[in-house]
Amino acid sequence: MCLAIPARVVEIQADDQAIVDLDGVRKAISLALVEGVEVGDYVIVHVGYALTRLEPEEAEKTLALMAEAGLLTEPRQA
Amino acid sequence: MKYVDEFRDGALAQSIARAIAAEARATRRYSFMEFCGGHTHAIARYGVADLLPENVRLIHGPGCPVCVLPIGRIDQAIRLALEHGVTLCTYADTLRVPASGGLSLLRARARGGDIRMVYSVNDALRLARENPQRQVVFFAIGFETTTPPTAVAIRQARAEGLSNFSVLCCHVLTPPAMQSILDAPEVRELGQVRLDGFIGPAHVSTIIGSRPYAFFAEEYRKPVVIAGFEPLDVMQAILMLIRQVNDGRAEVENEFTRAVTPAGNTKAQALVAEVFELRRSFEWRGLGELPYSALKIRATYADFDAERRFALDYTPVPDNKACACGAILRGVKRPQDCKLFGSVCTPDTPMGACMVSSEGACAAHYTYGRHAEAAA
Amino acid sequence: MSGVVKAAYSRPLDLKHGRVELSHGGGGRAMQQLIAELFARHLGNAYLAQGNDGVRLPPVAGRLVLSTDSHVVAPLFFPGGDIGSLAVYGTVNDIAVMGAKPLYLTAGFILEEGFALSDLDRIVASMAAAAKRAGVEVVAGDTKVVEQGKGDGLYITTAGLGVLPEGLTLSGDLARPGDAVLLSGSIGEHGMAILSQRENLGFDAPILSDAAPLNDLVACMLASGAELKLLRDPTRGGLAATLNEIAQQSGVGIVIDEASIPIKPEVEAACELLGLDPLNLANEGKLVAVCAERDAERLLAAMQAHPLGRAARRIGEVVADERRFVQMQTRFGGRRMVDWLAGEQLPRIC
Repeated sequence: MCLAIPARVVEIQADDQAIVDLDGVRKAISLALVEGVEVGDYVIVHVGYALTRLEPEEAEKTLALMAEAGLLTEPRQA
Repeated sequence: MKYVDEFRDGALAQSIARAIAAEARATRRYSFMEFCGGHTHAIARYGVADLLPENVRLIHGPGCPVCVLPIGRIDQAIRLALEHGVTLCTYADTLRVPASGGLSLLRARARGGDIRMVYSVNDALRLARENPQRQVVFFAIGFETTTPPTAVAIRQARAEGLSNFSVLCCHVLTPPAMQSILDAPEVRELGQVRLDGFIGPAHVSTIIGSRPYAFFAEEYRKPVVIAGFEPLDVMQAILMLIRQVNDGRAEVENEFTRAVTPAGNTKAQALVAEVFELRRSFEWRGLGELPYSALKIRATYADFDAERRFALDYTPVPDNKACACGAILRGVKRPQDCKLFGSVCTPDTPMGACMVSSEGACAAHYTYGRHAEAAA
Repeated sequence: MSGVVKAAYSRPLDLKHGRVELSHGGGGRAMQQLIAELFARHLGNAYLAQGNDGVRLPPVAGRLVLSTDSHVVAPLFFPGGDIGSLAVYGTVNDIAVMGAKPLYLTAGFILEEGFALSDLDRIVASMAAAAKRAGVEVVAGDTKVVEQGKGDGLYITTAGLGVLPEGLTLSGDLARPGDAVLLSGSIGEHGMAILSQRENLGFDAPILSDAAPLNDLVACMLASGAELKLLRDPTRGGLAATLNEIAQQSGVGIVIDEASIPIKPEVEAACELLGLDPLNLANEGKLVAVCAERDAERLLAAMQAHPLGRAARRIGEVVADERRFVQMQTRFGGRRMVDWLAGEQLPRIC
């Protein structure tokens, strides 16, 4: 049960509510499952709830690992 | 979209594909099971299999909660709508699953059942608030990703005294399903299904963390790599699995570090533990009865349990004899191996759950992957 | 309004607070008043003014094209349009993609008792504006009223008449291997504009329906001299359905390139949030063109020179394929099928 998407928190409201923005699309979601989320953070949104905050440094690290994977091998002949 | 587009980059895909091709040893085959409906869908939708060498195969496991939902549970939901006259709220994924008597939730709606598609359990709460004279039941399905929102909603309902709201709880758990795959004779003894490792689910793992998978690595000596949701994540995880297999390691690794920690989301886990408890046994479509594999609502929240409120019985309903969903969910057969695939059983006329949900192996293959078969 | 006999109504229609009543469809004075004070006020032209059961039209030189459509969209008002403008553009476009010049429309209204006259007034005004923009006239109409609860507020049925230029035949069975497939602009906007309004999908996306009349764009495309095989507008079922229809009708396969399909970031984001595929979403102001390969560049240039075709792209080609599959080369590098939509477009959570 997986469809979830990272979106940026643009507004925090009362009662654990927040507004997230995804490329201009705004959605009201609940922060009841997370803690310490601030405006500007990215959260992973699933069925109207933030599941977790997305860690930007880890994202960069993962992308770097992926880029590295390709560098260690010679490009194959088609 | 930030944190999405970067993980779909075609150039990076090519370079990881080269790495996979270089490191997969030509002398052996690799079979990895992915366990997340979202992964099944992403792999099909992006054509990830095209970028893998021929000796690396992906098997679709039972990661689709709609696919493993038994017909008997949909029947319960339909009965609630048609016999008890409730407002039945459900995620869209379940609407077209064929149930007993030629019905589905969609067909039951055509017969006058008040069945509403909701994006979030909050929509069901709202309906309950706005219609105090009606009973509103939320049909709660899903793995550990989707369970915490239901827990929050039930607590919210209690806090507000929403006495017309209840939940038909069909939440299921990932590790027991993984275990049933690994315990299946086809895998354990007969060697019919080669299983070299698991691609761990993305968002389930944000909730449960990476620790629960250690059991499988240790007990069954199978590597597990938790992969993020995007196709590059899946490819990177495959590379990491190949490396583990080549090195003879069986560990839990986390590719999805940007969202998954070892402990997971403890706040969400605590909320779930407060509202739900384990069912002793639960029928899974295709996998049979699995012990301690699903959740029910605790006695303390019994007021919000639709099974109690409406005294619902559970009647198991066997699958169509020719339907191979069970074997497909266990990775023993492929969609193309099913006699009904593509002829009698299509997304428009699904015979079994693997076809009805777009995460189901059969629907994904039919919708996205048929071109790979030899031309008719 | 020349030619309309002004009847002596005791009171003018209350267009602000009034509601549709059963008598408005009854054929009597109330209906005449509704026609005169609402419909004809916006749509009035010499043809409607004839005031007979059927309209006499001047002779038309050339082969006729006739099309009909029913409009049941909900909600009736959506970002970028309403059922009225949609009805006009929908039928105009059906005629236009035949290569014909749309001339005349008819409009039948099935109103639900209790429907707000202010809404009806707004919708008919919108139809008139749309007709004017498209350069067509509404020449015949009909009004019926059904009891409260028996309708969805308003249904509109239109028919359209157009004329084909000499020697032009566009048809869905004319696509041949090697032909180019072009798309006039970004996809998914109408479908998403509607979805964003539906009750259970509450979000504020700045997505406007792309509903627009395509006849002028088509005229420019025809004038370019490119050898056109067929045109289609990808409405319900989206681009996926249209490409599959063409593949089936022509007995060919189609391969498209995901990276070349224009889509606005907001539409893409909204699709991600809901688990929808933009290829399955309706478009009401776009067209797909299949032309001979050698004319693809020329045709594309003609499209891009037109305001409604600025974002036009070549998205793929027709191939030989007995299975009649539509396939897509994904941005990611792999290939997948583009299938018809099974059933209704439903958001996923998985």
